[in-house]
Amino acid sequence: MAVDELSVGGLGARVKRVEDDRLIRGKGNFTDDFKLPGMLHMEILRSPHAHARIVSVDTTKAWAIPGVHLVLTGELMAQRNLAWMPTLSYDTQAVMAMDKVRFQGQEVAAVVADDPYIAKDACEAIEVVYESLPAIVNPMQAKAPDAPLIRDDKDGQADNVCYTWEVGDKSMTDRVFERAENVVKLDCYYPRSHPSPIECCGCIADFNPATAKLTIYMTTQAPHIIRTAVALVAELPEHMIRIIAPDIGGGFGNKVPVYPGYVIATLASILVGRPVKWIEDKTGNLISTGFARDMYFHGELAIDRRGKIEGLRIHVDTDNGAFFSDAQPTKFKVGLMHSAFACYDIPYGHLTSQGHYTNKAPGGVAYRCSFRVTEAMFFQERLIAAAASDLGIDPAEFRRVNFVREFPWRTTYGMLLDSGDYDKCLTLALEKLGYEELRKEQAAARKEGRYIGIGISTMTEPLGAGNSREFDIIGIKMFDSAELRIHPSGKAVLKIGSKTQGQGHETTFAQIVAHELGIPSTDILVQHGDTDNTPFGMGTYASRSTPTAGAATSMASRKVRAKARKLAAHLLEVSEDDLEWELGRFYVRDAPQRGVTIQDCALAAYTNMPDGLEPGLENNAYYDPPNMTWPFAAYLAAVEIDPETGVWEVLRFVAVDDCGVRINPMIVEGQIMGGLAEAFAMSNMQFITFDSSGNCIGANYMDYLIPTAWETPKWELHEVVTPCPHHPIGAKGVGECATVGGPAAFVNAVMDAVSHLGVRNIDMPVFSGRVWEAITQQHDVSGFPPLAGH
Amino acid sequence: MEIKQIKVTVNGEPRIIEVEPRLLCVHMIREVLGMTGTHLGCDTTSCGACTVLLDGVPVKSCTLFGIQTDGHEITTVEGLGRPSELHPVQEGFKEEHGLQCGFCTPGMMLTAAALLEDNPDPSDDDIRWAISGNLCRCTGYQNIINSVKWAARKMAAQRTAVSA
Amino acid sequence: MYPSRFHYEAPSSIDEALQLLSVYQGEAKVLSGGMSLIPLMKLRFASPSAIIDVNNIPGLDDLYEDGGQLRIGALVRNRTIIRSDVVRARYPLMASVAPQIADPLVRGRSTVVGSLCHCDPQGDWGAAMLALNAEVVAVSASGERRIPVADFLLGPFQTSLRPDELAIEARVPAPSGQPFGVYHKLERKIGDFATVGVAVFLDRSGSSVTGAGIGLTGVGGTNVKVSAAEEVLVRGGVNDDTIGEAARLAAEVAKPQTDQRGSAEYKLHLVRTFVTRALQTAIGREPIDIRQRRFEDVGALA
Repeated sequence: MAVDELSVGGLGARVKRVEDDRLIRGKGNFTDDFKLPGMLHMEILRSPHAHARIVSVDTTKAWAIPGVHLVLTGELMAQRNLAWMPTLSYDTQAVMAMDKVRFQGQEVAAVVADDPYIAKDACEAIEVVYESLPAIVNPMQAKAPDAPLIRDDKDGQADNVCYTWEVGDKSMTDRVFERAENVVKLDCYYPRSHPSPIECCGCIADFNPATAKLTIYMTTQAPHIIRTAVALVAELPEHMIRIIAPDIGGGFGNKVPVYPGYVIATLASILVGRPVKWIEDKTGNLISTGFARDMYFHGELAIDRRGKIEGLRIHVDTDNGAFFSDAQPTKFKVGLMHSAFACYDIPYGHLTSQGHYTNKAPGGVAYRCSFRVTEAMFFQERLIAAAASDLGIDPAEFRRVNFVREFPWRTTYGMLLDSGDYDKCLTLALEKLGYEELRKEQAAARKEGRYIGIGISTMTEPLGAGNSREFDIIGIKMFDSAELRIHPSGKAVLKIGSKTQGQGHETTFAQIVAHELGIPSTDILVQHGDTDNTPFGMGTYASRSTPTAGAATSMASRKVRAKARKLAAHLLEVSEDDLEWELGRFYVRDAPQRGVTIQDCALAAYTNMPDGLEPGLENNAYYDPPNMTWPFAAYLAAVEIDPETGVWEVLRFVAVDDCGVRINPMIVEGQIMGGLAEAFAMSNMQFITFDSSGNCIGANYMDYLIPTAWETPKWELHEVVTPCPHHPIGAKGVGECATVGGPAAFVNAVMDAVSHLGVRNIDMPVFSGRVWEAITQQHDVSGFPPLAGH
Repeated sequence: MEIKQIKVTVNGEPRIIEVEPRLLCVHMIREVLGMTGTHLGCDTTSCGACTVLLDGVPVKSCTLFGIQTDGHEITTVEGLGRPSELHPVQEGFKEEHGLQCGFCTPGMMLTAAALLEDNPDPSDDDIRWAISGNLCRCTGYQNIINSVKWAARKMAAQRTAVSA
Repeated sequence: MYPSRFHYEAPSSIDEALQLLSVYQGEAKVLSGGMSLIPLMKLRFASPSAIIDVNNIPGLDDLYEDGGQLRIGALVRNRTIIRSDVVRARYPLMASVAPQIADPLVRGRSTVVGSLCHCDPQGDWGAAMLALNAEVVAVSASGERRIPVADFLLGPFQTSLRPDELAIEARVPAPSGQPFGVYHKLERKIGDFATVGVAVFLDRSGSSVTGAGIGLTGVGGTNVKVSAAEEVLVRGGVNDDTIGEAARLAAEVAKPQTDQRGSAEYKLHLVRTFVTRALQTAIGREPIDIRQRRFEDVGALA
């Protein structure tokens, strides 16, 4: 008889995580946990200045400290052609500063020593003389006519612009706006944030001089891309490079880029002939690694008298830091910003964008952003909220009037939606919140001088990059992969090209195989992260794993099942056409009690093959997704503001998510709650800013605020399920949805609470001081660098 | 360089360790004792990933010199339960999906275990308060609360079983 | 992350500690809780050539009432303050401050006396001890000094402690009547320093105020004592007029800076608001409180 889907841990089963057994015992293997024989330690000296010429670097005293093996400077790196490296966005990035430093925290020198304490002592003994230059901390300064040129290293670079990009139909959009009944405009800023997983970045670079093999243990979400990048940058043969991504303590996009530290450690290992461990500290992580967001938005909606949106105009300026190093698909200079307003039926739109070099760390695409979809959806919902408020239309109703309802649907900026039911999602959310009653409570509270607000955020977003026609990173297409081998006893090993950092792939991917083959998920070992024994994959970020590697797993399993069918036919002495499959078993159609299990087939693959069939039961698949998947959500926040202090508290938060078929609901819910916590963090307290000298404020956990359990609200989760029409198991991505859609719910709630005062925008983080200013001055409050008064 | 010899009880076992005074307790645990379950997450005493129990009290081992543990008892995650018999807190974290990447988890569990010694029946808010020195980026905390309550229920049941 | 090298001393008596202080002539730092000193050393903002660890000295961790004072030994941890019945019953301001300092893990090690000696303008105990008219007891080879906290806290990280002195105790006058006390601290999250902190203390007999104290955090080079407001409250009791006057006087002596925690204007407004709210509570009125979770309701043990 068929095995039961839930009992074998198939789709929908709340299987407890395989990863937990080692992690709860403190037996995880994080990069810093490894000790290799002869291993040395590296520390990096970072620039205290945001923009300065390097006059001299004197390392004499550092070399003299006992226990120091190597001191590297930009000059020494340059001698080996490694002072600069190409970025994933076809720019160049300094590995170590030579002529000048371009952001506070930039790498200036490195020391390799017996232990990190000595390495730090030696860093302190390096004498660097700087000549300060004026610092640029926002795109407006970058664009000013007298602005200093940051990238004077680049031939032909005459200004601080690093890209321009546009999409849409300008002339039609202009026409629509000219005749529009209503035009609503909004300017706002999405502050610089940082993924900041608790575990910092690091690596152990181990070049073995005897074998010429380079092994790097690395905190990376994308080991195969790293291997290819290291091969290019270090000019080493790819087959002699092994990247091992062990357990990773959170990624959120921070662990995708190739950081200078990895390159320096690798060169150091080659030079000293011993393993070199580099683990950055939190300051290094926050001040220099891939930040997120830092985008300035100007948006306009043309709306007719019934409240129907007819046209959309967006301009965004991004602050990319000193180097354009975003890890995003090559074609899209501002990621998937053009997914904005995808869930709304808007006939015409135009989007322009420009990127700017500034004296800040490089980055912009990171932090559960789905390639800047966080920005797209935040601005979308802020502009929608402003429009509803300006026109006096209930915000839920305004959305309903404008939702896309027919599928497939080509969005304003040309993306293809294949499915969705946004109204159902929003309606469920409103019902669970008790929207009508809460509006009444809000009205009554206002009479008593209490400020309650309700915020809505609805969206659909593209996850699962991506199809080879449109998506590549440094030319490599964004497919993903899986290799499945069944052992004689019917147990199995699955190797995948993605790399979990807490998402539970070792559990959920086994569940996909269980669903396809009926082998219990606990009988399947999942391997990932080691480029020597996994198929080439593009890694885990932008919520792409289930859509790509998950689909590949499904396809590989089906290929295995197809071969198992031949073995079953042989065992049952019938033809393949006479067989039916039910979960875990082939049976003879006309005699269902005659059947063989998948385990019987596995054994036969090694012991009893039919003539002409190769032994073994295994296969692989590389999956090029036909399209993105389109999860959607409705997030509702209810808040109360203390009018005297501006402090706001969350009364309730309701989330309704549709991510298609849920492989493991427990894990999906965990992802959503984690994403909501980050959404709350960004809306309430978390940001990186700069003073006018370019000093970074937010380079440690005293300034970069991460909410504790005490501040973090309680989450009420619900679901709607619309299977993805093209994914083999109907699943969509989900890891980032809550971070993408969540922030606007909180901000819209605060704005709703003060809308009667004529306030339309308070930039995130919506600090109590900003709310107080908005209430007492009755004006908008913006919040971009430099920090006021500094 | 000054090296001192200290005597510390680590997870119930007396150990003699040689340390330089400036060696942080977390490094003593990870590098000298070779126990890597205690993690390092920040440089401003903010995140709690390094939490251990010092004489039963949860402390941030990154803000303590190893030498200060001379004559004292440390409990790390490796000493929470035994490999074959997990502490109810460890079980609770698995049952209720209280961890994702697992990096904050050892510290979080030790703080929770210490809480349950003091308060065997904590409310949700009691738990949130007690773990407010331990940051988590993955879970959004709600399942951590559920994990601790699961452990509290199991420990209560065990006490009832023992006294029955 | 990695402190510079230092000589480590672990005296087992006060006398030994004093000898070491004079040997090192100001080059040594005393280590008690370590929750302020060690973070500075890890970032190398402090690199003392010697550390004198006083955690092994017996008799410094006593907390008890005696001779009309609450005596807080140098090694009394914040965790102990939180769990203390006598503090809960008779020193409500202290009971309000202690749980709001840092986070539970830090409170397990950090000390009241250590906080006063560290003298961070963002330190919470300074405001409370100013409001309570407490004193610090310092010993040296030449004897004992009892220093009112108002004379002890001089400026950012500067106390009037001499290099050869060790602070061994803080002493708080016991209330003579019905004590009232509350600490309002606006922090962006647990573990952040105060944007602004206001400590208010009243000693009352019926409706007359026999003692009053107001101390502020985060609005000056060190904690600020609002002596003028204290006089107003003792003279006039607590009513709408004196509340307004006290709030105004507090804002007058507060000198906040604009920074990432907020504008100077906002901080002054918070000073006025918190003084007002504290005094409103004292006369039984309930000010606005939108908190969804209140630490006062938690069975906090740390």
